[in-house]
Amino acid sequence: MPDPTFLEIKNLAIDFVTETATVEAVKGISLSIARGETLAIVGESGSGKSVTGLALTRLLPEPPAIYKSGEILLDGKNVLTMPPRELRTIRGNKIAYIFQEPSTSLNPVFTIRNQIAEAIKLHRTDVRDIDGEVIKYLDMVGIVDPEKRLHDYPHQLSGGMQQRVMIAMALSCRPELLVADEPTTALDVTIQKQIIDQLRELKQRVQMAIILITHNFGIIGGLADRVAVMFRGKIVEYGETHTVLANPQHPYTKALIQCIPQPGQKRHRLTTIDHAALEAAV
Amino acid sequence: MFSYLIRRLLYAIPILFGVMLITFLLFFVVQPPYARARAILGEKARPAQVQQWLHDHGYDKPTYLNTKPGQHLFDSLFVNQMKRLITFDFGVSDKTSLPIAKTFTDGVIPSLCLTLPAFVIGFIMAVTLSLYQVFIRYSALDRFGVFLCVALMSIPPMIYMFVGQRVLAMQLNYFPAYGFDLRGWQTAKFVLLPVTLMIVMYLGNDVRLYRTIFLEEITQDYVRTALAKGVPQSRVLFVHVLKNGMISLITLVVAHLPFLIMGSLLLENFFGIPGLGNALIHAIQTGDAAMTNALVYLGALFYLAGLMLTDICYAFADPRIRLS
Repeated sequence: MPDPTFLEIKNLAIDFVTETATVEAVKGISLSIARGETLAIVGESGSGKSVTGLALTRLLPEPPAIYKSGEILLDGKNVLTMPPRELRTIRGNKIAYIFQEPSTSLNPVFTIRNQIAEAIKLHRTDVRDIDGEVIKYLDMVGIVDPEKRLHDYPHQLSGGMQQRVMIAMALSCRPELLVADEPTTALDVTIQKQIIDQLRELKQRVQMAIILITHNFGIIGGLADRVAVMFRGKIVEYGETHTVLANPQHPYTKALIQCIPQPGQKRHRLTTIDHAALEAAV
Repeated sequence: MFSYLIRRLLYAIPILFGVMLITFLLFFVVQPPYARARAILGEKARPAQVQQWLHDHGYDKPTYLNTKPGQHLFDSLFVNQMKRLITFDFGVSDKTSLPIAKTFTDGVIPSLCLTLPAFVIGFIMAVTLSLYQVFIRYSALDRFGVFLCVALMSIPPMIYMFVGQRVLAMQLNYFPAYGFDLRGWQTAKFVLLPVTLMIVMYLGNDVRLYRTIFLEEITQDYVRTALAKGVPQSRVLFVHVLKNGMISLITLVVAHLPFLIMGSLLLENFFGIPGLGNALIHAIQTGDAAMTNALVYLGALFYLAGLMLTDICYAFADPRIRLS
């Protein structure tokens, strides 16, 4: 790893407290990311992977979320104790997000130009030609004829295009880290591949770290340098992607990898994870 | 858009026909013109006087179809009444014999002096307060706000009017207690108290409703996206959430806009404002069926206009909606 670590999660624990129950969503995890590195966080629904991603800029609604312990150090400063004003200079600017459902993540009543421009105006006050900048990023994420698309509303775009707009919006402030929270889950398979290819290409072009949050081991190969497997709020396996894929140690990781359907393999049923057996093994 | 509006106007025709039918049944069948003449002229009126009155008002016709030989088949109460309403030729009041159109034009301005400021100020206040409550959602102050709203809603309107008139106007002498004057600042002096009361009466209900609408919006994904971009909370609320919430608010609010012309029944009556609300109450009290009928018909007309206006505003507020 050539570059030093710039984001470090130390022993982070997050609870969700409601009137009736307390759920421990994240139970003391530690992670670190170096500049330009891509880390995949893999796990099933409810494993705490998305919560971890949102916690990086303290985006979880509080209440119900409570940051019980631990710290998130960005360039040595703890995000969790920052005042709101300072937090806003990180959101979008140093750490940007793309989310699972592009159709609802974009504001339906504003044009895509306005939504991208809003981010640029917030963080890059020196930019004069805002339209030109918006067009530049729309072009970068592979939107054809971006000039003609500027004044479109989100509903006028396809799901894949919407996600590209989300990526353009995230990139427009030149973040150091892009958190992609299940960026392809809501898209159909061919679009999924396009978006993943897009991310891979952008990773080469723009120097930025990526945290790829997914439940699908299938999409991380060739994109992620390292992988952290989360199960029930804990990291159960953490290592170089090719090592983990080739030689998974934890039974949950093994189970997840087995779930990837292999082309050409003749099977009548897809593999599922037997939670009872897993529970006994962990 | 244009063809849509034409279609909506055509849809309005059967609805208006229904309104006319119902008001006709109420004012000409439930209480036939003869009974009305008796009520207005008094028990001691001679039959000839009654006949004369009926003739003067054009009420001496058969109810639905004129089957008398030598007369036009449609020269009947119902058809004539329909013609009048469609052409806005409302005729004269049963009671005072003054033209109804004049009562209407005289009443519009005083009514609007009361309802328009109350509506505009009340709406802005309700939106601002509810957005602020959403900003501090689930805090102690927010909960206290909800409590206050429920308290405001729980007090019957008559209490506000009574206390306002008694205490603020009569005892403390802050406002005139009754009356109206349509001359610049004089008008403001007279409507200040009723406008304030009208705002207070509806504020609790509106703030609670709008708060619910905005709370619904704040959980949407696009709010998280805006926050993730580093947009300040206040801008998220007053730009992103407000514009989306407006789509829901429009249904509740815009339909009432044309209806403001009809004034407020209770407040106008209580504070002596010579608006259309007062005119309607007066017409009902004195058994002035022609006037009541005209005002009810106009009210229905304005309500239909409000519904159309709602649709048009939808198209402006929500880019996903195309009127076609």
